[in-house]
Amino acid sequence: MLKVSDLHAYYGKSHILQGVNFHVGEGEIVSLLGRNGVGRSTTVKTIMGEVAPQGSIEFKGQEIAGKKSFEIAHLGLGYVPENRDIFPSLTVRQNLVLGMKSNKPQGRWNIEEMFSMFPNLAERGDVHGGALSGGEQQMLCMCRTLMGDPDMIMIDEPTEGLAPKIVEQLAQLLQEIANRGVSILLVEQKLSIALKISKRLYVMGHGKIVYEGTPESLLKADDVRGEWLEV
Amino acid sequence: MLEVFIFATLNGLVTGLLLFMLASGLTLIFSMMGVLNFAHASFYMLGAYVAYSISLYFGFWTGLIVAPLIVGLLGALIERYGLRRVHQSGHVAELVFTFGLAFLIEEAVQFFWGRDTKNYQTPDLLDFPLFTLFGQEFSAYRGFMMTISIGIFIALYYVLTKSRVGIIIQAAITHPQTVANLGHNVPLIFMGVFGVGTALAGLAGVIAGPVLTTFPGMATVLGSIVFVIVVIGGLGSLAGAFIASLMIGLLQSYAIASDVGMPDLLNLLGISFARDHPLNDLWTINLPQIAPVLPFLLLVLVLIFRPTGLLGKREE
Repeated sequence: MLKVSDLHAYYGKSHILQGVNFHVGEGEIVSLLGRNGVGRSTTVKTIMGEVAPQGSIEFKGQEIAGKKSFEIAHLGLGYVPENRDIFPSLTVRQNLVLGMKSNKPQGRWNIEEMFSMFPNLAERGDVHGGALSGGEQQMLCMCRTLMGDPDMIMIDEPTEGLAPKIVEQLAQLLQEIANRGVSILLVEQKLSIALKISKRLYVMGHGKIVYEGTPESLLKADDVRGEWLEV
Repeated sequence: MLEVFIFATLNGLVTGLLLFMLASGLTLIFSMMGVLNFAHASFYMLGAYVAYSISLYFGFWTGLIVAPLIVGLLGALIERYGLRRVHQSGHVAELVFTFGLAFLIEEAVQFFWGRDTKNYQTPDLLDFPLFTLFGQEFSAYRGFMMTISIGIFIALYYVLTKSRVGIIIQAAITHPQTVANLGHNVPLIFMGVFGVGTALAGLAGVIAGPVLTTFPGMATVLGSIVFVIVVIGGLGSLAGAFIASLMIGLLQSYAIASDVGMPDLLNLLGISFARDHPLNDLWTINLPQIAPVLPFLLLVLVLIFRPTGLLGKREE
């Protein structure tokens, strides 16, 4: 589904991504782990066209490096940003409409279905996005991206600031999304959710992938966790 | 007295609604792109001239539809091939660009249409009094101007707040990258908004041309007032622009219709001056004379007491 090869990116003169390589298969949940500042968010921003890339990014067999963000989204790649970027003056329903790529909902998801999956959002359909709790905003942001019927979504730190109960719900939702054939790249700092739902995972350090494995193998790799993950 | 008040109100509403049509486009462009388009009133003038030329061959009604489309298309092309490139160099470059554009359009208008006033007429279909009150006629054309302006306000309000396009525009104002990540072509949206904004200015020119005369200085006459409206209403606020347009239209209209002056005020205070006093001109000034200054006076007051404008929000 997604294949990133020798990806480099710069912020001014700072060399942030220094040759990132990884791939995500169809229907897979893959996690990209690492401490703050190692380049995880920059990786997804570069894939999404927000940061100028050097190297190769293939999505569904097509080279997308250098394409504009809206073109990449139209190819079926969705992105849920770290800061959620809920539109505070728009209602929940309007936020969802914004995710649709055309006037009529197409593909796997529609607003009613989203509301049935998230009764909380259904009850607050006409409430402004800015009035939602952090957890509700995270769910709304994810639903908004799904409304565009992506084949793959990249989610940047979805558990940031959420209560454990909400994180649990989020994990269930991600599993449900993957069951419907949507690949997921989960960018996380916390190991718990990644170990629980990922099929494979990558660890980043100093702008590169420093470890690739399964949740089971990472649990056994004390040296990797100690050097690159634990604070 | 009552008839003066009623007609001043009606004329004020006509002027205010016309000003809103111009200010709405400017507000839309500013709120989306952060561009203060100094050439906005030039598109208004261009609308009047293009419609005048079209009306000579195909009549007023064809001009009413085609001229705004031509002006809007021109605006969209200017955004795509001019402003978008200049945008990368920052706001100062944008301001200079739109300044230059205003001069360019004014010179082009004089080059193609000449410096004289054009005989752009109201259509025969609307050349009758809509109603007569206290012996004074209110022309059907002015009623038509009000209808078009109110129609534009309702349509803009509906599109911006209820439609999917409006939701995308609102979101793109504050979060352009997020909107792009959701699959929407933000530069295309910006170009469309600039095109619609200039088309609205063109439409205002089409319907104002026959009443306010079509001449090369018409952009200068309204240009500064429109900026005053946008600032008084609050930069980027459509509702604020609507209120400020009506306020200024009514304020000017009441001032022109009134016969109050300094002598009345001085008499009230029991002060009198001889006619040969060196400052006689100042003591005999009246409200209709200072009517054109009132919008700027209002601007100063608003900037002192509410710098963000009536409905503007302070930037975080």
